[in-house]
Amino acid sequence: MAELEAVIGLEIHVQLATRTKMFCGCELSFGDEPNVHTCPVCLAHPGVLPVPNEEAIRFALKIAAALECEVAPRSIFHRKNYFYPDSPKAYQISQYDIPLASGGRLGDVRIHRAHLEEDAAKTIHVGESGRIHGSERSLVDFNRGGTPLVEIVTEPDLRSAAAAAAWARLLRTTVRQLGVSDVNMEEGSLRVDANVSVRPAGSEELGTKTELKNMNSFRFLERGIEAELERQRALVAAREPVVQETLHFDPEDGSLTPLRSKEEAHDYRYFPEPDLVPLAPSEEMLREARESLPELPEARMKRYEEEFDLEPSHATQLANEPSFARYFEAVCQAVGAMAGARSGEIEPRVVANWLTGDLTAELRRRGGEEDFDDPTVPADSLARLIALVAEREISHGSGRKVLTILVEQGGGDPAAIVEREGLAQISDSGELEAIVAAAVEANPEAAEQVRAGNGKAIGAIVGAVMKETKGRADGGEVTRLIREKLGT
Amino acid sequence: MSAELLELTVAEAAARIAAGEVSREEYFGAWHEAAAGDELNAYLWRAEGVSGEGEGPLAGIPVAVKDLFCTEGVPTTAGSRILEGHKPLYTSTAVRRLAEAGAEVLGKTNMDEFAMGSSNENSAYGPVLNPWDRDRVPGGSSGGSAATVGGGLAPCAIGTDTGGSIRQPAAFCGVVGLKPTYGAISRYGMIAFASSLDQCGPITRDVADAALLLDVLQGRDCCDSTSVGIEGGIGELGREDLGGLRFAVPAELSGDAVEAGVRGVFERTLERIEELGGEVAEVPLPHAEHGISAYYVIAPAEASSNLARYDGVRYGMRAEGAGDLIEMYETTRAQGFGDEVKRRIMLGTYALSSGYYEAYYGRAQRVRTKIAEDFDAAFAEFDFVVTPTSPSVAFGLGEKTDDPLAMYMNDFFTVPMSLAGIPAISIPAGLAEPGGGGPRLPVGFQIAAPAFAERKLLDAAQALERAIGFDARPGAGDG
Repeated sequence: MAELEAVIGLEIHVQLATRTKMFCGCELSFGDEPNVHTCPVCLAHPGVLPVPNEEAIRFALKIAAALECEVAPRSIFHRKNYFYPDSPKAYQISQYDIPLASGGRLGDVRIHRAHLEEDAAKTIHVGESGRIHGSERSLVDFNRGGTPLVEIVTEPDLRSAAAAAAWARLLRTTVRQLGVSDVNMEEGSLRVDANVSVRPAGSEELGTKTELKNMNSFRFLERGIEAELERQRALVAAREPVVQETLHFDPEDGSLTPLRSKEEAHDYRYFPEPDLVPLAPSEEMLREARESLPELPEARMKRYEEEFDLEPSHATQLANEPSFARYFEAVCQAVGAMAGARSGEIEPRVVANWLTGDLTAELRRRGGEEDFDDPTVPADSLARLIALVAEREISHGSGRKVLTILVEQGGGDPAAIVEREGLAQISDSGELEAIVAAAVEANPEAAEQVRAGNGKAIGAIVGAVMKETKGRADGGEVTRLIREKLGT
Repeated sequence: MSAELLELTVAEAAARIAAGEVSREEYFGAWHEAAAGDELNAYLWRAEGVSGEGEGPLAGIPVAVKDLFCTEGVPTTAGSRILEGHKPLYTSTAVRRLAEAGAEVLGKTNMDEFAMGSSNENSAYGPVLNPWDRDRVPGGSSGGSAATVGGGLAPCAIGTDTGGSIRQPAAFCGVVGLKPTYGAISRYGMIAFASSLDQCGPITRDVADAALLLDVLQGRDCCDSTSVGIEGGIGELGREDLGGLRFAVPAELSGDAVEAGVRGVFERTLERIEELGGEVAEVPLPHAEHGISAYYVIAPAEASSNLARYDGVRYGMRAEGAGDLIEMYETTRAQGFGDEVKRRIMLGTYALSSGYYEAYYGRAQRVRTKIAEDFDAAFAEFDFVVTPTSPSVAFGLGEKTDDPLAMYMNDFFTVPMSLAGIPAISIPAGLAEPGGGGPRLPVGFQIAAPAFAERKLLDAAQALERAIGFDARPGAGDG
């Protein structure tokens, strides 16, 4: 049988961090006492009418701009009718056939559409089932009800669980940078559902898809999709059909269980919301959305690769996290501003190597979340360290030791640390030559192999020199001296 | 003194109060006493006394308010069992604007449940009786409001009109009823029946009072995105004749079902228009006759959605003894809604269902557009479109309750204007014998105008009103 290819599309709900709800003046909140942010409008009292939140529209337009979507000149709100305690009107105001935005792109994934809607209230069903059917009682917190949401639907362009999770992270970073949402999966301000299917590799047709819900972290998203792909591949291998259904991911055991068909069999009876006029953003609103866009991760990544000549993996790592990117650029700037002999020649990729390599490792070893807007090692401090190494004042190995100390003590003057710890490079070539001579003598076998043309064998001698100098020698210089000594 | 006060129009009374000739308390007291004598079941709640001190064009004027308007702290039931005892937390924009203009809420008036009906027999609180003949209906759904004005129980009232619910009861009760352009008056706080059609409007003794109330009620409201108000307001009316105005009589709406007496009054009124210098001609409105079909898809569809919120959880009635949540929902709605409301919820739910949407709702919306285009074409040549307000005079209580379709045909002349969103007024044009014989009853004459042409509409209506000189009163005999 032909190899099976994964076809994945995502549906993302982003809670907008506006001051007030989508259609009333109640303040948004997270974690407040239940049912304190409510009013006749969001409780659907008789006679009330929705009034769209302009800030939410502006936020949604920013998302549309960041996703390079086309904005509809007049988009329409619809009523999505369903009877459930989380929806006091018994319908959700959403958008249906003419969404706010469509036809965009982020990274290599096409955006099908993005539209505005309101969030449902939060329900908790007490009892074993955890669902409304068979629950002992159902509790409703209307604080969340009416929170503005942007729903983003991708085309089925993702081909693996890992790619889906990576793309979702890119989306989160992008939206976070717009300043329009907290995009926190644990708190539910970012919710990602996945449509998953498989098909023979190379086929253009789409297989029957299932919808995966309740994956409230990127890790769960990846695990959930992975599990579902495995299940579908097994079905196809056994020549059994994939049934279109909605599956609920259980983070406890990673299992996927179908929602009861009764809960799923909705006829939403969509029709245009007569209480609202078409949403027609003004030229000014559209322009503001476009012009307010910060440099987004994707563009930044490209710039780092093209202008700074960074390796793609480093560019991605730095660009994806705006504060990390800001730190990177601050260090580059500090390095450039230094008057040292060779610091002017220090390239951004050297700085990138330090940040993505040694610094990241050091911070991870220390543990805890690093806030690069208030960094452990100030940009200036790190820049001076990088310059010391670049100017061969200290060896790279010594540089790492200084970095460890900088992280431990939360910054400081690298030169002072070098002084205090006696890490200055051995610059007296006579002294270094003597140590090299001793090392060659102490490693006759390695010396013989090097002479015979085995370049790798030199490592043993270099190691001996480094051990003797406690890493204060410059690796390149040591190698040069050894080769000179051995006449190779 | 008191009896004389009750004879004043709103404009006259407001002038006397403003001049200090009559005190607010005295005027309110007279109407309070009159309202207390309600034998028509027109009121569901009456105010105790003067509540406000507001200055303005309606200072000291009591207004009867249809029980569809939320009024803070005052029972607001929409004529339904499911909202029995419901006291809103806020006041509708229409009532607030009246209060800000100095008016007083005199009471809340009975109505067909959720404004669904043409006879007021669908109220959970019993039918309203027609002040002209207590064996007959006052029309609906604003039957209570029309009956208070026609029956001398209030100087003026507000109602709502979705497919004729102001105009038809106004016609049945011998008073003036105006449905303004959709969007002229805020719907905020008006309990929704069919959101794309519902519109508040005044019910008054004469056209001048309707203009006075409309001027206060209309206006853009930040709480209603669909409200726009009437640019420039209404102002003073002053037309003496109808010279230079063209009145269109739609050929398709002449209808065989019109009672002979109604037809007679209608034709006499057309003659009066011509006597006043107006021109009358027939105009085609080819799609208007499909108005009822389209209306009875669109309105129930919206209603099915609007009424889904009444579930017994947050306000209103809750059925006792249910075993679980779903059962509680079901029993509450089964007990709380009347038959007509249930019928329309089912009709509307069906019309919006997947697979049927296009055949019903989609098609009805296209008919609606066609009707609006018909009116546009007519208004390109004519200033107004005129029809009888209703095919008959007030019919007997219970006469049509078993035949929903016959009941729906009451709206034949009023629904097209609602679908087109244009303003239309019903003024009393005379008395006519009912189809089945009996004492003569009021006949309404409907005039419709282009959107937001209320001022022009009211001006012409007033000129015609003066020429008609309708001064019959209920119970005065049919000499």
